[in-house]
Amino acid sequence: MFYREAGDFKTSYVEDGQTFPIRLDRWGYYAIVFIAFAAIPFLINDYWANAVFVPFLIYSIAALGLNVLTGYAGQVSLGTGGFMAVGAFACYKLMTAFPEINIVFHIIVSGGITAAVGMLFGLPSLRIKGFYLAVATLAAQFFLVWLFNKVPWFYNYSASGQITAPERTVFGVAVTGPHTEAWAKYMVCLVFVFVLAWMVRNMTRGTLGRKWMAIRDMDIAAEIIGVSPLPAKLTAFGVSSFLVGIAGALFFAVYLGAAEVGEAFGPQKSFLVLFMIIIGGLGSVFGSFAGAAFMVLLPVLLKNLLVGGLGWPTDLATHFEIMLVGALIIVFLIAEPHGIAQLWRLAKEKLRLWPFPH
Amino acid sequence: MKKKLTALALAAVLAAGPAMAELVFPSLSYRTGPYAAGGAPFADGYADYFTLLNERDGGIGGVMTKVIECETGYNTEKGVECYEATKGEGALIYQPLSTGITYQLIPKASADGIPLHTMGYGRTSAADGTVFEWAFNYPANYWQGASVAIKHLLDINGGSIEGKKIALLYHNSAYGKEPIRTLEELAKKHGYELSLIPVDHPGQEQKSQWLQIRREKPDYVLMWGWGVMNQVAIQEAANIRFPMENFIGIWWSGSENDVVPAGAAANGYKALTFHNVGSDFPLFDDLRKYVIDAGKAAGSGENVGTVLYNRGIYAAMLAAEAARKAQEIAGKADITASDMRKGMETLEITEERMAELGMPNFGPSFKVTCENHGGPGKAAIQQWDAEARKWSIITDYYEPDMEVIQPLIKADAEAYAKENGITPRACE
Repeated sequence: MFYREAGDFKTSYVEDGQTFPIRLDRWGYYAIVFIAFAAIPFLINDYWANAVFVPFLIYSIAALGLNVLTGYAGQVSLGTGGFMAVGAFACYKLMTAFPEINIVFHIIVSGGITAAVGMLFGLPSLRIKGFYLAVATLAAQFFLVWLFNKVPWFYNYSASGQITAPERTVFGVAVTGPHTEAWAKYMVCLVFVFVLAWMVRNMTRGTLGRKWMAIRDMDIAAEIIGVSPLPAKLTAFGVSSFLVGIAGALFFAVYLGAAEVGEAFGPQKSFLVLFMIIIGGLGSVFGSFAGAAFMVLLPVLLKNLLVGGLGWPTDLATHFEIMLVGALIIVFLIAEPHGIAQLWRLAKEKLRLWPFPH
Repeated sequence: MKKKLTALALAAVLAAGPAMAELVFPSLSYRTGPYAAGGAPFADGYADYFTLLNERDGGIGGVMTKVIECETGYNTEKGVECYEATKGEGALIYQPLSTGITYQLIPKASADGIPLHTMGYGRTSAADGTVFEWAFNYPANYWQGASVAIKHLLDINGGSIEGKKIALLYHNSAYGKEPIRTLEELAKKHGYELSLIPVDHPGQEQKSQWLQIRREKPDYVLMWGWGVMNQVAIQEAANIRFPMENFIGIWWSGSENDVVPAGAAANGYKALTFHNVGSDFPLFDDLRKYVIDAGKAAGSGENVGTVLYNRGIYAAMLAAEAARKAQEIAGKADITASDMRKGMETLEITEERMAELGMPNFGPSFKVTCENHGGPGKAAIQQWDAEARKWSIITDYYEPDMEVIQPLIKADAEAYAKENGITPRACE
C-alpha cells in the first residue's frame, strides 16, 4: 500500500536510473544516512564504537571488496586476510615514515598499494579458474603473512613483530592512538564506508560492473561480445584489493591500534569475510553490509544476552554461540542460498503487492 | 507487557547503579579454543583466590571483591571487546594472559588510567616504569626468563657453553619472538650458536620443525610455546628421541597439560618457573574448606595444585596484596584504579608476608619501584617426573643477567616512548 511505484513519476533519464526507484526506499536510505551521520556520533560510547560499530563498518568495507571480486566478477578469493595485512602494514610504514601527512591520505595510499599487490596476485586468474584460483589466492594469503613475519623492515625492527599505531589526527582530532574519542573513530570509518559503498554501487551499475558480470556469468561468451578478460579481471582484482586494503588499514590503525600479522590477518580472516558475502548475498552491496552485520554483531549480541542477561558461564556461552552461529549459517544456506540480500529482495517484492497479493 | 517493560527497565537501572562498594577484578580469560588448556586453570585459580578472600575474610579491607569474567578465546578482537565491556564497571586491574592482547591494552589502559599487570608475559620493556606508567610485569619477564635458561645451561656445563648449539623453538607471534633479542645478545657474550625455529599458530603440526632439529642436532632446545603447541612439541621430541633433560620450556610451556599426553617419554623435561609447585601450602587447606568443598569453585576443582592453577592463585594474590597496599596509601577501603596503580608501584612481597598468607616460599620476595616495574626476574628450573606425575623444583632461584638485559629494556622503552611521544617521567 505504501511501498509502490505508482504515483512516483520519473520525468528524466537520471531519475529513471536512480538506485532507489521507490520513494519509500529512498526515504529509508536518507533516514539511515541521516541517523548514521547526525545522530549516532552524539550517542556513541567506547563500548558501542569498539565492539559494535567500528568492526561492523570495517568488515563491511572488506566484504564489499571481496564482493566486487567474487560476487560481481566471479573470481573466488581466499586471500582477503593477506590483502588486509598489506593495507595494514602499508599504513603502518606510511604513518611512521611520514608523520606530518594526514592519516586519511595514508589510508587511501595503503589501499592503492594493496590494489597493486592484488593485481599482481590476480595475474594467474587469467589462466586458472574456480577452485584452482581459490588455492592460488590462498597461497597469496600464506605468502603475505609469512613475508610480514619474516622481514623485520615491515615492522620497523620491533622486538616482537607487533605493529602499533601512533597517534594521528584529522583536523586536529585524534583518530588513531589511545586518546581517540569514540565518535572520531566511528566517523572516520563511516566516511570511508559511505564513499566506498557509493563508489562500488555506481561502478557496478556502469560499464565496468557489466563487464565483470559478463565475465562472471560466462567468460567465453563475454569475450565473444567484446569484453577483454585481461582488463576486466585485473580491474576487479584492483578495485577489490583497494577496498580490502583500506579495510585492513582501518582495522589496524583505527580499530585495533596494534596488530600481529599471524593473529589479526591469518587465513581465518579470509574465511570470515568469505562467509560474510556468502551469507549476505553475492553480487549485492546491501548483502555485504548484511553479511558483515550477521557475522560481527550476532556473536556480540549472543554473548551479551547469554552471559550478561542470563548469567551463563563464559565458556558455555562461547561454545553455544559457536554452535548457534554455525547452525544459523547452515539454515540460511538451505533456506536461501542467495543470502540475506535475496530474502530482502523477496520481502520487498511481497511488500509491493501487500495487502492484495494475487 | 508495559508493566513488564517498566520492571525490566527498573531492574536494569538498579543493576547499573552503585549498589555497594566492590573491588572489581576483571578476568579476561579463555576457556575455549586452542589455548583453553592453559587459560582455564589460570582463570580458575584467579577466581578461586578472590572467592576465598570473600568467603574467609569478607573481601579485602572489608570490601568485597568481584571477578567479572569475559571470554577472549586468546583473540585480540574479542580482547578489545572484553576490555571495553568491563572497564566501565570500576575495573581496578587487567591481567589478560595474552601477549597479543597486552600490546593492544598498554596504550588503551594507560589512556584510561587503569593499571595492567602482565605477570611473566606481555611487553618486556614495560619493566621500565618511567615510560610505562600503567603497565607492570613483575615478578619476571621473558628476557629474564631467557637469561635464566642460559644461566642454567652454564651451570650444568661447568660455566662455559662456548660452541654449543642451542635452538629456540617458538610460537611465531609477538609472544614467541620476545626472547630472540636477548638470546642473540647472550650468544655474543657466551659464544653459543643460536638457531631460530618458528612454529605457526596454533602449532598442531610440527613435523618439519622437528626434522630440522634432528638434522641440526642442537645440544639444547629452548621452547617458547603455549597451548596445544607445547604438548605436540614434547611428543615430537619424544618421537625423535631428543634427550628430555636438554629440552627447556619457558614457564608457559611447563604445565601438566603439556607433559601428560606424552606419557613416560616426557620424563625429565624441564621448564622455568617463578613460583612454587604443588598444593602443599596452608593456603590450599583454606581453599578446600571455603571454596572447593563449599561448591563455589570456578572450575571443577580438579586443577587445584597444578602449575597454571597455582599461577592464577599467585597472580590474584599479587593483585590482592597491591589492593591492600593501595587501601593503606589512600586511607580508604574503596579504592580507584589510580590508587591501585600506586599500590602496585610500592608493592613489597616479603617472605613473612607470604607465610602470613599461607604461602611460605611460594615465590621469591621482591619489591616494585617507580623505575622498576619488572621485579627481580628470579626464576628456577622445574623438572617433570613422569612416574610420580609431578613437577619438582631442582635448582635455586637464578638471578638473570641484568647487565645484558637492562640496556635492552632501556632501548626498547625509549623506542616506544619516541614512537608514541611519551616523555619519560622522573622518579624520585
